[in-house]
Amino acid sequence: MQKITREQLIDQASELLANGTVSTVLGWGAGEFGYDVTPTLFKTAEEMQNGFVFNDFCGANFSKYLVSKTKTLEGKLLVFLKPCDTYSFNQLLTEHRFDREKVYVVGIPCEGMADIAKVKEISGEGISSIASDGDRIVVTTLYADAPVKIDARNVLAERCIHCKSKKHVAYDTLLGEEGDVVASARFDEVTRLESMTPDERFAFWQNELSKCIRCNACRDACPACTCETCVFDNPKSGVENKSPSNSFEEQMFHIIRAFHVAGRCTDCGECARVCPQNIPLHLLNRKFIKDINTFYGEYQAGAEVGSRSPLTDYTTEDLEPSEIFVGRNEHA
Amino acid sequence: MLKCSLDNVQTLFAEIAKEAKLYLPIDNADGTAVFGEWSRGVAWSNALNTAKSPKDFFFPQTEDLMRFRTEGKKIEVIDVRRESDDFVVFGVRACDVKSFDVLDRVFLSEPCDSFYAEKRAHGIIVSLACTRPAETCFCGIFGIHAAEPAGDVSAWKTEDALYLRANTEKGTALVARLSSVLEECSDDAVNAQKESIAKIMNKLPLKDLSTEAFGGGKTQDLFHSPAWDALSSACLGCGTCTFVCPTCQCYDIKDFNTGNGVIRYRCWDSCMYSEFTKMAHGNNRLTQKERFRQRFMHKLVYYPENNDGLFGCVGCGRCLAKCPISMNIVKVMKQIGGNKGE
Repeated sequence: MQKITREQLIDQASELLANGTVSTVLGWGAGEFGYDVTPTLFKTAEEMQNGFVFNDFCGANFSKYLVSKTKTLEGKLLVFLKPCDTYSFNQLLTEHRFDREKVYVVGIPCEGMADIAKVKEISGEGISSIASDGDRIVVTTLYADAPVKIDARNVLAERCIHCKSKKHVAYDTLLGEEGDVVASARFDEVTRLESMTPDERFAFWQNELSKCIRCNACRDACPACTCETCVFDNPKSGVENKSPSNSFEEQMFHIIRAFHVAGRCTDCGECARVCPQNIPLHLLNRKFIKDINTFYGEYQAGAEVGSRSPLTDYTTEDLEPSEIFVGRNEHA
Repeated sequence: MLKCSLDNVQTLFAEIAKEAKLYLPIDNADGTAVFGEWSRGVAWSNALNTAKSPKDFFFPQTEDLMRFRTEGKKIEVIDVRRESDDFVVFGVRACDVKSFDVLDRVFLSEPCDSFYAEKRAHGIIVSLACTRPAETCFCGIFGIHAAEPAGDVSAWKTEDALYLRANTEKGTALVARLSSVLEECSDDAVNAQKESIAKIMNKLPLKDLSTEAFGGGKTQDLFHSPAWDALSSACLGCGTCTFVCPTCQCYDIKDFNTGNGVIRYRCWDSCMYSEFTKMAHGNNRLTQKERFRQRFMHKLVYYPENNDGLFGCVGCGRCLAKCPISMNIVKVMKQIGGNKGE
């Protein structure tokens, strides 16, 4: 489904490696089954020829890796960023989390990434090969007699169904055509939750959050979570816990995290993508984004470097808390 | 061999549940399956694997160990141990059944863990053969047979019937009290299914993954492998692999201050976490590479070294499916073990 090809990315990277612009490439490494790609560092064009892939399963957002990888690498790091990833990139720069001079961004267009769980709902388990053919994903399995052809649009990841932008807000080189910010229906589900009674909404979240196994994947994948030591990992913080002692504590973990990233979350959707328990964590963050838009005017974290989030900025036009509570009642 | 028509399976469940709580895989609204308690009308999931393994039944994610109540300078120690009632875990896959062996060797060795032992003694495992293994399945390389699941009772499900065979005293006692819903039958249907499963096992993409490079005594060969750097490079340090793993058994013991006392509890811990086994001198594994290496060396070298060659992985494939960056024990075995498995 992707319009840009693996070969185009390898060519671009090989050129930048050859002329010394970059020393290393952060890209996608091939897995066992076609869909299980791993973020991988490549040092040479040959390494890329052998192990680099680009397909409909390259969903991982690379921006956060720049925080750790730029600290230790010699030379510049080439990173491939999809439009949504560039918002996280800018937000991290706004927060001075890595040195821009150590990174070379190749912006790549994205037609939306596939969710392997949705593919398997159609194809069944036992995938023996998976490939893209135009707008279709062709899957062969151990159990189906013929290859299963799936319309790629029907198996898009949730965050890609609600893609907010095809436009890169940061890059050094752009491959393919630049897109635009798109009108998405990403707040529809939030609106549905808002229209519930408080009891219904509480029951919804209690059910979802009770599935949490506290693996911290949401936090560890989140580009907005880059504290050196998270309070929940720090025995001196007084709130450190590896496991909730009850369901109330579990809910607090996610709600505290949502508050902490409020105004900084770009809605990249990594939290929900990585959750092994399929908890729709992005909806907590989207509620904050929707509220910020409502109370302070439209604001997109990461749209530009250095912008001040309404929550950390003060203007005399700001709503008073009492007005917010009135607004809440209207919107809740 | 005993047989129950699938039309009758809810009656079978009702009979089991008369004398023991019955847990089985149930479909969640989000497409995953979880072990939950059966009650009338609850449907048995067809899912291959539950999202979380059944180790929770014996080694729950959090578990109170004891309580202290303080009053002035007086401290009262409260024993919170409870006797467990019998319970049945139904539909456990061959890999997960084998994981109980791995856990037993940790918790039932001296000094025996009484919390685990109590639940293990009262749990009755009814296993289930896998007719449609996934591409992520590799139990076979550890000598586990998807068509011959162990457990107190082994079960095979065909299109129209459920076949049961008791393997242990507990299992024999269970099927004895289910005689009203079970009938004697020949082994033919089960044998046919075993053959067809064997054919599928032979087609699984990971069937040739070799364990040759691993096992006891391999520490020096593998510990300093240069491949650990690249393998661990993208690891997020989350605990997904450890918490979905049926054999990971590390835990932390913590005190929760209640205001007038302490609840001492244990909870699952992950060697992937930066504060894992932190002690007075600090941490003994300072980088993610060291933590990552520990997890795989434990499963593939240290555990077999201390347990007669038994590997600490059962090939259930959960970590392959759930790791946010798709790094897993199979990729490690291929790289570190120098085998491509092809």
